[in-house]
Amino acid sequence: MENSIYLDEARDPLIIAEGWMKDGKDVAIATVVETWGSAPRPVGSHLVIDAEGNFHGSVSGGCVEGAVVTEAVDVIDSGKAKMLEFGVADDTAWQVGLSCGGRIKVYVERLG
Amino acid sequence: MDPYALKTLNAERRARRAVILVTDLGDGRDRIVREGDQVAGELGAAIAKAFRSGNSGSVEAEGGTFFLNVYLPQPRLLVIGAVHISQALAPMAKIAGYPVEIVDPRTAFATADRFPDVVLHAEWPEDVLSRQPLDSYTALAAVTHDPKIDDFALKAALDANCFYVGALGSRKTHAKRVERLLAMGATADQIARIHAPIGLDIGAASPAEIAVAIIAQAIQAFRSRGLESKEAAA
Repeated sequence: MENSIYLDEARDPLIIAEGWMKDGKDVAIATVVETWGSAPRPVGSHLVIDAEGNFHGSVSGGCVEGAVVTEAVDVIDSGKAKMLEFGVADDTAWQVGLSCGGRIKVYVERLG
Repeated sequence: MDPYALKTLNAERRARRAVILVTDLGDGRDRIVREGDQVAGELGAAIAKAFRSGNSGSVEAEGGTFFLNVYLPQPRLLVIGAVHISQALAPMAKIAGYPVEIVDPRTAFATADRFPDVVLHAEWPEDVLSRQPLDSYTALAAVTHDPKIDDFALKAALDANCFYVGALGSRKTHAKRVERLLAMGATADQIARIHAPIGLDIGAASPAEIAVAIIAQAIQAFRSRGLESKEAAA
C-alpha cells in the first residue's frame, strides 16, 4: 500500500514538525509525559509549535494548549526544555487548567 | 528533540515499523529504538515491556528518568467486497483513524463512482495480498458473501495474525465457511478468531448500521489486543 495512507500526514504533528524544519522554521515539540485521573489525551500525545505560535496536534482537549504554546515560544528562544504541569482549574474564569479534574505533565523541547 | 531522530522516527512510522523514542528527561537527549533492537539493563527491560503493551510512559533506570514514547503502526482496515456496507464503512473507518482499502474483483461493484476517495483494487484478493501482505496491525472484513472471493483473504488474515478478522454471513453460512477453512488447513483455534456474524450486536439493520457495528468491533479488537493471551497466561 502507498505510504501516504499509513499516516494521516496532513494532521500528524510529527510529520508537520518535520515539514516545518525543512522549511527552515524553528520548532518546539510538546509531549504529554504523565497523566493522573481523567486526562483528555493519552501519554505520548504531541503538540508541535513554531516560533510564530502556529500549532498542530493536542495535549489536552483544548484546555491548556494556549499556555503550552506561550511556553513553547520561550523554549524555542532559550533552547532549554521545560516540564509543565496542569491541574484542575480554579473557579476563576479563564484560569488555565483541566476542567475534567485530571492532571497532566507536558514536556516541551526545542527541535534541534 | 534531535532533528535526525525526528526524521528517523517519521521514516519508521511511514514504513509501518514499531519504534520507541527514548528521551532522557535529565538532559533532553533522545534516541530511536526499533522493535527487536537489543538494549541492555533495566532500560532494555522497560523498552521490551513498552513494545509489548504499546503504552508510553516514564521509567526510572540507570540513575535517570527516561520517557519512552511508543509509536505502533497505524491500524488499518482491508475490506473484501465493494458492496453497499463498504460504501458506509469506508468513510466511517477513515474518520475513526483506520485508513481503508477495498478489494473486489467484480468490476461492476468496484467502481470509483461508487467509492470516491477510497483506495480501491478491482482485483482478486490473491493478487492484492501478494503485493501488499497483511500484518498484525491490519483488520480484515470480508463482506462479499462469496466464498470464491472471501475465503482466501480470511485464511491469509488468520495466518498473518490480523488484529481483527470479521466475516459477513449468518451462523449457517459461517458453519459452512468453517468447514471450508478447515479443509484449507486453518486450525480450529485460528477459525475461532473470526467474528461471524460480523459486527457488535447492536441490532444493526441497514448497511450503514452494520458498518457502525463492524468498525466498533474492529476498534474493540484493536484496543484489547493481547489481552486474551495475558489472561490465558495468568
